[in-house]
Amino acid sequence: MTQAAYVRTEMAPEKAPPVTSSGIIGWMRKNLFDGWLNSILTIVSLIAVGALLYEILPWMFRSSWTANSLNECREQIKEVYGPDASGACWAVIRERYAQLTFGFYPSELYWRPILAFILLLGALAPVLFTSLPRKLLWFSGLYPFIATWLLWGGSVWGPLSALAGFIFGFAALKLITPRYGAILGVISAIVVAILWWVAISGPVATTLESLIPISLEPVKSRNFGGFMLSVTIGITGIAASLPIGILLALGRRSDLLIVKALCVGFIEFIRGVPLITLLFVASTLLNIFLPPGTDFDIIVRVMIMVTLFSAAYMAEVIRGGLAALPRGQYEAADALGLDYWQAQRLVIMPQALKISIPGIVGTFIGLFKDTTLVMIIGLMDPLGLSTAIRANQEWNGIVWELYGFIALVFWIFCFSMSRYSMYLERKLQTENH
Amino acid sequence: MKKTVFLGALAVTGLAAGAAAAGTLDDVKARGKLNCGVTTGLAGFAAPDANGVWEGFDVGVCRAVAAAIFGDPTAVEFIPTTGKTRFTALASGEVDMLARNTTWTFTRDVDLKFEFVGINYYDGQGFMVPKSLGVSSAKELDGATVCIQTGTTTELNLADFFRSNNMSYEPVPIETNAEAQQQFLAGACDVYTTDASGLAATRATFENPGDYVILPEIISKEPLGPLVRHGDNAWGDLVRWTLNALIAAEELGITSANIDELRKGTNNPEINRILGTEGNLGEMLGLSADWAYNAIKAGGNYGELFEKNIGENTPIGLQRGLNAQWKDGGLIYAPPFR
Repeated sequence: MTQAAYVRTEMAPEKAPPVTSSGIIGWMRKNLFDGWLNSILTIVSLIAVGALLYEILPWMFRSSWTANSLNECREQIKEVYGPDASGACWAVIRERYAQLTFGFYPSELYWRPILAFILLLGALAPVLFTSLPRKLLWFSGLYPFIATWLLWGGSVWGPLSALAGFIFGFAALKLITPRYGAILGVISAIVVAILWWVAISGPVATTLESLIPISLEPVKSRNFGGFMLSVTIGITGIAASLPIGILLALGRRSDLLIVKALCVGFIEFIRGVPLITLLFVASTLLNIFLPPGTDFDIIVRVMIMVTLFSAAYMAEVIRGGLAALPRGQYEAADALGLDYWQAQRLVIMPQALKISIPGIVGTFIGLFKDTTLVMIIGLMDPLGLSTAIRANQEWNGIVWELYGFIALVFWIFCFSMSRYSMYLERKLQTENH
Repeated sequence: MKKTVFLGALAVTGLAAGAAAAGTLDDVKARGKLNCGVTTGLAGFAAPDANGVWEGFDVGVCRAVAAAIFGDPTAVEFIPTTGKTRFTALASGEVDMLARNTTWTFTRDVDLKFEFVGINYYDGQGFMVPKSLGVSSAKELDGATVCIQTGTTTELNLADFFRSNNMSYEPVPIETNAEAQQQFLAGACDVYTTDASGLAATRATFENPGDYVILPEIISKEPLGPLVRHGDNAWGDLVRWTLNALIAAEELGITSANIDELRKGTNNPEINRILGTEGNLGEMLGLSADWAYNAIKAGGNYGELFEKNIGENTPIGLQRGLNAQWKDGGLIYAPPFR
């Protein structure tokens, strides 16, 4: 039996795709020049980007890094690039970067905020990346007290005795709950902790300090400034607003009338007021209400206000996540015999939080950028410092360089947060829908 | 960390409010530092240098007061205040005094209950225009676009001036001085108006200062001076006479250079009284006998402070003008030390 010669016995080898649909040309055809409308848009955009770079790049690179004043900058640039050249005066960043970073923090103590920042990365790592050993979370829990001590200085016993309040509260919870029930346990834990902080912790810290003095040179909040201030306020707000926001969201969906009314009232009140109003309350109204001479730290006041503000927004973001969960999840958790907190912890929250990640990170980024508003109440955040630097006659008139630098640093922080949230979303992608 | 303070403070809020009143000097002495409210930054008047040390004409007043109390011009905590927070900061006791180019007006003195202890700079609102506009008098500005900071007295002064001269103008509202500089240089407005000292400082930063002129008309009175709260006259006296000591020192020729020489004793009894070698003026203020010596030594007399921070040899380059001593045709005048 002979085979017909015109029938192939094997597959023809694959040919390379045509040049016009593969490689760079193919990519460009597909993404940039797909049809006449897109081609025109591409060309117009390229021209716009090119024109922008043509203006900005020479300005950025025909710069002076060594001058000591704006006029000196101008002279140096003219000398090197000709009489008509104008360029950036980055020298102001060289001279003032330490001030923009640390504000008025004493320069011989810069190691403390730097160390606190490095430890912050260490404390964040186990929270952000689940592949790290879980025991590291203990360090994350201790970090707020370490950072407080490093940044503000003073006796080590202050933060330690504040920490002890949490420990005693937790002990009370563990002791009371098995015998008298959860509600009494929680109440007694709160009472014990507050009693400790208000009445006992102060004298205990003083006594311990006199027995075993371990202290760092204290630094006043007034000396905080620059990015250090923004990061301190931002991180505190971020770390504190998430748990408070979760509780508020749960409270808002609760069946208990008073809890629900309190949470709704709080959320709607805070969301109905601009942040700047709350900051004015913190800086001026409280000053008038508190007895004169009360040293209630301005930065702590601001932190509390910022935290409350973002907690209200966080609560609504998380409530959105809770509402998106199918009813069956709640019923399944009930059917398994889990109590309320177990159901929240094991079934509801992991799913609700995952749904809310983009919203949560959006709130974080907004909060971090909102920290620049403290300039209005006279705190020296990077924007406030840029005014102060311009008030120096050497640098009066510098605008773009300072704002550009500040924008770049803020962009790095916010972009990292946004990338991390995308990583987290990808990692938690478990469903098959 | 500060929870104890917070809760304790809340508890006593109702009880202790209003118990401030007298004793600012005692509070300051107990604290070991003077809390002085300054601007968040104004060229020549108050600004931190690269090391975070505050400098400027208003800062000099703070340092003189600190030196008069403690003998140490660095015993000051500078508290930056904005135009919005300055008065509450003073009223609530967050600062002991304000030296923050604040205009002395009736309502601030009477209604807001502050005490202006004197005037350390007579300012007034002026106009700056590009030379190419070909204008030599503010009367020729009919129909001009004007860059103006919103919510300030300068805005009201401007409206009054143009109305009383039957001229029209187009306001370009701006928020800060830095923004104004950019707008003015970009040609968004023909005229920039603010306090004359601010105009001079701004012009000095331009790439070609010679292309811009400051018009001769001054259309408002802006007497700037340090202020304290109502209710503690002894403290007000202390700040007032420290400022007066700086002014009298210039009049009497006491400078930071010759003060040690003069302190050994002179034939001029007023100099001797100021420097504490005769009489007991310091004791009357509740200070040591060498209070004025320390205050003048801190940064020099009024004239020296002026020359060092805003005078003709600085980039700001202000002439003394109204701020010359009364003997030289100005308004700066200290009552006698007797």
